[in-house]
Formats: sequence, C-alpha cells, structure tokens
Amino acid sequence: MVDATPHAEQGVPPAETPELELYHPKGWWTTYVFSQDAKVIAIQYSGTALAIGLVALVLSWLMRLQLGFPGTFDFITPEAYYQFMTMHGMIMVIYLLTALFLGGFGNYLIPLMVGARDMVFPYVNMLSYWIYLLAVLVLVASFFAPGGPTGAGWTLYPPQAILSGTPGGQGAGIILMLVSLILFIIGFTMGGLNYVVTVVQGRTRGMTLMRMPLTVWGIFTATVMALLAFPALFVACVMMLFDRLLGTSFFMPALVEMGQLMSYGGGSPILFQHLFWFFGHPEVYIVALPAFGIVSDLISTHARKNIFGYRMMVWAIIIIGALSFVVWAHHMYVSGMHPWFGFFFATTTLIIAIPTAIKVYNWVLTLWRGDIHLTLPMLFSLAFIVTFVNGGLTGLFLGNVVVDVPLSDTMFVVAHFHMVMGVAPVLVVFGAIYHWYPKITGRMLNEAMGQFHFWVTFVGAYAIFFPMHYVGLVGVPRRYPELGDVAFVADSVHSLNAFITIAALIVGFAQMVFLFNLVWSLRYGREAGGNPWRATSLEWQTPTTPPPHGNWGAARPIVYRWAYDYSVPGAPEDFIAQNDPGPQHRGAV
Amino acid sequence: MSVILVFLTVVIGFSFWWLSHQRLMSKPWLEHGAALPTTDVSYMPTAKVALGIFLAVIGSLFALFASAYFMRMEYADWQAPPLPAVLWFNTIVLVLASIALSCAVRAARENRMDITRLGLATAGLSSIVFLIGQLAAWRTLSAAGHFMDVNAANGFFYLITGMHGLHILGGLVALARVSAVAWRETYCSARVRLGIDLCAMYWHFLLFVWLCLFILLAGWAGDLVAICRQFLA
Repeated sequence: MVDATPHAEQGVPPAETPELELYHPKGWWTTYVFSQDAKVIAIQYSGTALAIGLVALVLSWLMRLQLGFPGTFDFITPEAYYQFMTMHGMIMVIYLLTALFLGGFGNYLIPLMVGARDMVFPYVNMLSYWIYLLAVLVLVASFFAPGGPTGAGWTLYPPQAILSGTPGGQGAGIILMLVSLILFIIGFTMGGLNYVVTVVQGRTRGMTLMRMPLTVWGIFTATVMALLAFPALFVACVMMLFDRLLGTSFFMPALVEMGQLMSYGGGSPILFQHLFWFFGHPEVYIVALPAFGIVSDLISTHARKNIFGYRMMVWAIIIIGALSFVVWAHHMYVSGMHPWFGFFFATTTLIIAIPTAIKVYNWVLTLWRGDIHLTLPMLFSLAFIVTFVNGGLTGLFLGNVVVDVPLSDTMFVVAHFHMVMGVAPVLVVFGAIYHWYPKITGRMLNEAMGQFHFWVTFVGAYAIFFPMHYVGLVGVPRRYPELGDVAFVADSVHSLNAFITIAALIVGFAQMVFLFNLVWSLRYGREAGGNPWRATSLEWQTPTTPPPHGNWGAARPIVYRWAYDYSVPGAPEDFIAQNDPGPQHRGAV
Repeated sequence: MSVILVFLTVVIGFSFWWLSHQRLMSKPWLEHGAALPTTDVSYMPTAKVALGIFLAVIGSLFALFASAYFMRMEYADWQAPPLPAVLWFNTIVLVLASIALSCAVRAARENRMDITRLGLATAGLSSIVFLIGQLAAWRTLSAAGHFMDVNAANGFFYLITGMHGLHILGGLVALARVSAVAWRETYCSARVRLGIDLCAMYWHFLLFVWLCLFILLAGWAGDLVAICRQFLA
C-alpha cells in the first residue's frame, strides 16, 4: 500500500482547508470519559444506546409473556403492560436506533470516511453525548417515579397521555418522558450540526461529494432530515408540557373525567398528531437511510464488486429524504381527515416506493455475478434485503387508505413496522458491528458465536413477526394486554401467540450471546490487522489500528478515486484503496 | 401545516441548489486516479456554515409554531388577546440592535475598534431592553386578565414570545463572549471579526423571525393571506 502524503506527491498544492486544531487529552478522564475524540464519543453513544436498548428488549419479553400466556404473571397488570409497551417503543425508536446510527456510527465513521481528523466542533460533539446521557437518565428515572413511567403509547397522543386514566398521566411519568425527549433533541441538534458540517467542510483533499462512500451519504442525509424534523417533536413536547403543568389547552379539548368537568377546553388533539407525525415519518427514514448507506458498503465490500448504480443510489437517498416530509398523514387515515388529503398522502406514500425499489434492485444487481463471501456482515446484509422487501410490501397495503382502514390498529401494523424499521435496521446494525469491530478494537469478533447469533436472530425474527401478520389479519387489535373470550379470535391465534413468545425469548437469548461476544473478543478475538476485509474506503487505510486521536498521523490522506474500486481488471489486487494514486503516480513515488 | 411546508420548500430548494453545484452528475467510476485530486470544500468559515444550518433548524422550529398557530386559528372559538402597545417599541429596539451589529461588522472590517465596541454595546443593551419590553408586554396582558390558561390564543402568545426571547437570551451569551474578546484586544483580529459576523447573522435572523411572529400575533397574517389570494384570483 502506498502512503500518499502531500510531500510524496509532486505538484499537489497543499490542502485548501486548514488543519483542525485538536485539544489533545492529557489525562485518563479526558481520554476516556470527557473525551472530545469523535471515536470515543461514538463508543460512548453506542454503549449507552445498547444498554438502554437492553432494557427495551427485556420490556418486550415481559409484554410477550403476557400476550403468550395471559394471566400467568400477576405482576403484569394492564397498567404495567401499557408502560412496558410505551417505553419499549420509545426507547427502541429514539434512544436506541436514532442514537446508535447517528451518534454511534455517525461519529465513528464520518470523520474517518471523509478523511478528517475529527468532527469540526469536538467540544460541542462531547456536549451532545453528555446531554444524550442525561436524557437517558431522565428516561430511566421515570421507572422509579411515583406511578411509574408513562403508559400513553409511544405516540403519546393527547388527551389520554396526560389524564389520570393513563399510567403516569397525572404522575411524574409523562413529565419525565417529555423532558427527556426535549433534552434528547437539544443534544441531538448539537451532534447533528457537527455531522452535517463535517461532511460539508471537513472533507479531505480529493474527497468530492460523489466520491463519498454511501454510508456517509446515508448518515448525512438522515442527519439533515433529523435536524429539520426533530423540532416538530420539540414543539409538540413543549406544548404538551405546558398543558400538563401550566394548565394551557393546546391539545386538550373540554373533557369530563370521573364525572367532573376538567378545566381544559378548546384544544385540538389532531394538532398534536400532525406535529408528532411530521416528525414521526421522517424518523422512519432517519433510521432507514443510514441503514441503506451502510448496507450498500457492506454488500459491495463482501461481494468484491463495485456498487451498481452509485449515482442512482445517491439520488435515491436524497429523493427519499425530501419525499419523506410529505407523507406524514398516512399515519392518520383514521383520524377523520378529508378524503382528498387521504388521496394525496396515499399517492406520495406510493411514490416513495420508487426510489426505495431502485435501491433494492441496485443491491441485488451488485450481488449479481459478484464474488460473494458469506461473511457475517454479508449474511446480515442479505437478511436485511429480504426483510426490508418483506416489510416494505406490507407497507403498500397500509399506504392505501381503503386497505388501511380495516387493518388500522391491528397486530398487522405492529408486524409491518417491526419488520421494516425494527428488524431490518437492526440487522444492518449487527452487520455493521461485525464489519467495523476490527477497526474499532483491532480484533475480529468470534465467528462461531456470530454464526449462532445470525441464524437465531434471522430465523427467529421471522418466527416472531410472520405469524403476527396473520394474527393481525383476523382482526386482533394492537395495544390489548389480553384478548379474553371473544368469538372472532380463533384458537389458533392463542397458540400462535404462545409460539411467538417462545421465539421472542430465544431471539433475546441470542442477543446475550452477541453482547458476550463483544466483550469476549475484545480480549480473545483473532488479531485483525489494519484492513481485514480488504476494503477500499479511507477508514481502513489509517496508519494504525485502532486509529488514535487525530486519525491520520502526520498528514491527512489524499483521495484519488471513489470508494468502490473492487475487482478492477488489471489491478494487482482485487481492491484499490481510495487514497491509492494509481500506477501512473505510484511509479513516481 | 402550510407554513412549515413553505419553509421546507425553501430549505430543500436551497439544498438542491447547493447539491447541483457539487457535480452530482459526475461518474466517479470513470475517474481512475489520473487527474490530480481537487477538493470542493467551500472557503466560507466553518463556523458560518454551521450557524447557517443552525438557523435553518431554528427557522423550522418557529415555522412549526406558526403552523400550529394557524391550524388552531381556524377554530370558531379563536379569540386573540389585544396586542400590547409596547410591542411596537420592542420591535424598534430590536431593529436598532440589528443596525448596531451591522455597524459593528463594518467597523471591525475597517479596524475601528472604538466604533466596533460601541456597536457591540448598543446591540447588547438594546437586546436587553427588548427582553425587558417583552416581559412588560406579558405583564400588561396578565394585568388585563389575559392569562395563558384562559384560551389557546393566549397560550400561544406567551409560548411563542417566550421561545423567541430564550433565543435572544442565548444569543446574548455569545455576544457577551465576543464583546469580552473585543474589549481585551487592541485591534480587530480575524477571530473577533468572525465572532461579530456570526452575531450579526444571528440577530438579523432573529429580527426576521420576530417580524414574522409580530405579524402573526397581531392577526395580520390572515389579512395578508387574503390579499395574496385576491391577487392570485
């Protein structure tokens, strides 16, 4: 490998952007705790996200135990069930997936992949993590508040969210939830500005936008969307907090509670739904776009083939990002909206399937006649494609108003969104961790444990969510802790529910193996070397592995090509690194 | 939701304009390392780019408040509180702050330290007066019985003016830090000039936001829309 430094390359003017002045850590605390190094912040973000995600996983077990074997567990009251459900949803969507993709992968990969030394504002970046941690702690505190956490459902619809009938509605639960979300948004905005500006301003010499790996494109676009969409959640949270604490009536209509007329009056619950879903739908793509980007890179690297239709992939990411802002009301088909609005939002929803389908075709065409290595990242990527297509197809059902109305609020919806934005992105997260763990730690993850983890997770996820579609189709509503004896629910539903619960417990166990693998391989994993996958992108070309603070040693790399030069005819190896100047220049060095 | 959609159209339009200058049509797979690498990172200071993006986030926040306001306004029981007269005075004071910062930017470029300091001080003081004026407006309203929990329009008034005031307050922290450096140094270093540029950018934007909010809270927004509709018809 040729180390292309500015000195080595005659005639290359010095970099046009000045070097970032870094605050180099002096002690243990500033190296590992209050670190301004994006890579340490990334690991802090990921560790916190995985820890709180584990809580959400346990909550899902408790829910499944209740649904599979109703009445067996005394401590799972209907109230507790609602609390588990709410916290499970909120944690998974916001505190795990958003934080992991943007705060975790974004922080680790953006500076390395664009050839920067760090994020452009390292101090603000550090602050972003600590505010995120505070948000998580406030969220956890609500478990210990009198009355417990809120049980309003992850959508927190008013008026029920702040009424006494809902668990945590008149206690501290809902207040802590809203405060935690507001903190999360403030912290995210700090980090998000960093990710966007680093891509815009921090790229190294030669790294044009169209040479960036798709991972960076995905995270970049998702962050821009998040910066514009999260304010909607912020506004909704602040206004609901006012309603709950100061007695305003932004969302609260005149209500009679327990025979007593409440002091609220004149508010609009639909207004909340608009604000919430104006954030909520882009949020789906905030999670999906980084996954799209990462999976493109994994497939290309492990199939030893350039990504098919790179330009199309970039354009599709941008178009999906823009379109996702005009589909939000498809979550509100049953809210009594004007039929023309339903027609409009159904149309935009179906249009968004076009760029998404382009991406799926391109992944498959990248695999076509590739030199497919069935490594763990590749297995997870293949599983992602299948799962995403499956989940996407049921989205076509739910996107159409007339089909959605009977399916609305059934387990079919639960199965759909778990497939498309739960299982699919999580499979990418796992693939990405197996792929980049060697760069982060210098060691490979254990293969045998990984295979076990993959097969149990992949097959198990289908065992959980495939039957759930059928449960939904026969009309079983979501959010019911117990079905009881109703005529329309067939006996098979009960046995399916028990089956799903057992599958969920087994899949959960496989995640423990994965977590154990993360710790075990840190010490006993096989030495990885600098570039075990023989990949082209810049993060694999660092002088040392794991990369130190500042990433690049004496000089930042110079980029000569795009990130997908795999199996180039005539090249000595089956990949050419992005900072390889090529044979003409290599001779001159 | 029309306000936020218009705002987003502007932001997305700008993003596409920017992207269209980034050679999105190039074919990276055909570039085989032959040409010397170029970079397309802009020469604009990184902090300015960051502030620009941050202002887009703030814009999105206030556009969403405005959207919510419009949606609620359509209900039959909408009853906006009377506009306190002090808001006119506050508006003038905030305009003054913006002008003072513009003067400071110019003076800093010409390295006239005394005028720079005068501009910064005027901007800071008038912003503080603005905040006090906003509090006075709240007092006027609450003295007349227009509390925030009486009806939704009152709630919106306190919420929106409060949120805008918090942003001014945050800006004052940055302005204080820049001023501290400006008072310490004997000439206008690049750092001070950048700091003043950023403050001016922020203040102009918040002034623009305030003018929009003022039109909104005064209830002229509906008239404006009606006039526009007439033009279109």
